[in-house]
Amino acid sequence: MNELTAPAAPPAGQEPAPGAGETPSGPEAPPPITPEKTLQPAQWGMICFLASEAAFFCTLITAYLTFLGSAAADADPKPADALKLSLLVIASTLCLLSSSFTVHKAEGALRAGRQGGFCLWWGLTILLGVIFLTGTGVEWRELIVEKHLTISRNLFGTSYYTLVGFHALHVTGGVIAMSVVLGMGLRNEVTAKNHLGAEMVAWYWHFVDGVWVVVFTVVYLVGS
Amino acid sequence: MAVAEQTTSEPKPDAAAEHGPEPGSLLDWLTTVDHKKLGLLYIFLSLFFLVVGGIEALLMRWQLMWPDYDFVTRDRFNALFTMHGTTMVFFVGMPILIGLGNYFVPLMIGARDMAFPRLNAFGLWATLFGGFLVYFSFATGGAPALGWFAYAPLTEKTFSRGPATDLWALGLIVSGAGTIAGGVNFIATILGMRAPGMTLFKVPFFVWTMLWTSFLILVAIPPLTAGLIMILLDRNLGAHFFDAQNGGSAIMWQHMFWFFGHPEVYILILPVFGMVSEIIPVFSRKVLFGYEFMAAATMGIAFVSLGVWAHHMFTVGMTRTQDLFFVASTLIISIPTGIKFFNWLATMYGGRLRFESPMLFCFGFLSMFLIGGLTGIMLAAAPFTFQLSDTYFVVAHFHWVLIGGTLFGTFAGIYYWYPKMTGRMLDERLAKWQFWLLYIGFMLTFGPMHISGMLGMARRIYTYEADRGWMFWNQLTTVGALIQAPSFAIFIWNVIVSWRKGKPAGDNPWDAWTLEWATASPPPSYNFEEVPVVHSRRPLWDLKHPDDPDWKYEHE
Ligand SMILES: [Cu+2]
Repeated sequence: MNELTAPAAPPAGQEPAPGAGETPSGPEAPPPITPEKTLQPAQWGMICFLASEAAFFCTLITAYLTFLGSAAADADPKPADALKLSLLVIASTLCLLSSSFTVHKAEGALRAGRQGGFCLWWGLTILLGVIFLTGTGVEWRELIVEKHLTISRNLFGTSYYTLVGFHALHVTGGVIAMSVVLGMGLRNEVTAKNHLGAEMVAWYWHFVDGVWVVVFTVVYLVGS
Repeated sequence: MAVAEQTTSEPKPDAAAEHGPEPGSLLDWLTTVDHKKLGLLYIFLSLFFLVVGGIEALLMRWQLMWPDYDFVTRDRFNALFTMHGTTMVFFVGMPILIGLGNYFVPLMIGARDMAFPRLNAFGLWATLFGGFLVYFSFATGGAPALGWFAYAPLTEKTFSRGPATDLWALGLIVSGAGTIAGGVNFIATILGMRAPGMTLFKVPFFVWTMLWTSFLILVAIPPLTAGLIMILLDRNLGAHFFDAQNGGSAIMWQHMFWFFGHPEVYILILPVFGMVSEIIPVFSRKVLFGYEFMAAATMGIAFVSLGVWAHHMFTVGMTRTQDLFFVASTLIISIPTGIKFFNWLATMYGGRLRFESPMLFCFGFLSMFLIGGLTGIMLAAAPFTFQLSDTYFVVAHFHWVLIGGTLFGTFAGIYYWYPKMTGRMLDERLAKWQFWLLYIGFMLTFGPMHISGMLGMARRIYTYEADRGWMFWNQLTTVGALIQAPSFAIFIWNVIVSWRKGKPAGDNPWDAWTLEWATASPPPSYNFEEVPVVHSRRPLWDLKHPDDPDWKYEHE
């Protein structure tokens, strides 16, 4: 580094030196640096991860829609026979959607320093997630046992179980991650000063919710 | 001039190292989360697989030396080209670029490490174990014999009965997760951890290309992962995604694969564009010509490359509208690529050129990538592809891009940065031997493939009849491969010997201008003693020429 700190070193190359004609009255000070506003690395990381997840789900949804068109020539049951907008589906969807609200409340409580409120809303979010998963389980049982729709039955089963299954897997992952955060929150390891991790889990949860809105629209509204 | 305040003479003992395993021990390397060590491990990993994939290529070339030859059987030949392609793309090309990125992105932006060091370690080990998973298939009675793009329905249980295909898919899912982890890490590091004053438009060009490579990783790898999962579901749970007998769609796999496969080409070339854009200015003693246009061209390539994938599928029978769309989008991509090419030439124009090894390999890159790009434009025309699809002409084209482009450029990068990574120079005489053997061997290998392809020789055939007139061209190709082989041996010998015995490099042997050269060689574990402050794209130039700094002329 020593040679770099010596300003007298002659230029090694032939870069254009438009300022060469000026009087060498000592080096000019560079303009001051304005600090940049950017997200935290963890936030960028989460956005990137969710973008890759979005690309993953787009592929599954494309496959679902591709096979929806050819399902007519397929073995029974057809989407219209198997899927109903039953009370169960609507109720579990409402549970998942409202969990976005509860997780938002939990974040607010955490930032405001209300530890108890955080744990309560956060726990409620987990509960709603578990209810949603239970709803999916009940629906799958009905589909498999009563309607004889399995993943190998026909193309509809193939693409339906893959799409909905991967979404449920993501909900499960979210429930596990949130349970870990809840455990840490109860031991005061997640606090107002240390809330970035919880916030990232919440982002993930909102994303999983958003995916369900699309999956629900594609599978239950458009598809059946 | 805050950069001036850093001193790099005496590395302090690392605080973390006092508690962890002994520095340099095996345990230290296995458990490291340091971006420089992980970068080196990535590079070692890919050099290992480079040797493996190279041996596979040589076995294939020997089989094609004579007509009706039986050096390897038909089935083994199928396994060889599958493993060669898979290895070179997933376990050589991507890891070596991610490894160099890992080592140099934090250094070039003045950061202490990557944003997520442990995720970084996960990426490395996932890549390695993904590779092992794919290679375990040899132990199950045969490697996958699908071709690297594994067209359906070949991947269905009916056609590939053994577990090789499952291991192949599983290995690529695992290594894909590692690659995505790398992409996430790069973007978070570049967007969130730049040194004070280094705005996004002042980052070194290599960093800019790693940013867009990572963007492509995030968008392109997950669809492949989804497709591989569908293969596993088809094979193991009886799903029907690609099972044409039960209504599944073989063409859907092609779309999924190439939606990944084409951006993958740019994942493999954009970082190389970045390295070349670092090296050519330093060895021409000029600033990079048209930085802004280069940056915009990189972005343009990243976006357009997401909309060209079906140029790999012209012979599948798409509609004319689809054909025309993909012809047009593919041709459009040659515009930003051309911009880059002319900017590199303009950077050299009137410069004081130095012909040391990094620049030599840049010349290899420029001359060869040009030809690969031109055959690419030829193949972008659908009627041309109707004639030559799946012939050796195509094989010649993409090897010309991947070896002439990616490999030559990567060697340029390694020769450029090896002094920083080890504190010692690679041997220049060995470098020249390596370069010319590779250059001549390369042209002799892949040049004649254009002709055997036009004579109708299909790729992936394991042998041919004597009266086809292909023997001469195949023999030239095989001889070329035999000339290339020692160049890799020389390179590895050079890397090993120079590690201990090379000429000491000093902090900045090439008199370069980016931040990685402001610290010691090899850099201490904490990289910079003080956070550097940056005022232009060439902070070390500013430092050395306070009377004529770059920040006076750079405007945003
Ligand atoms: Cu392509």
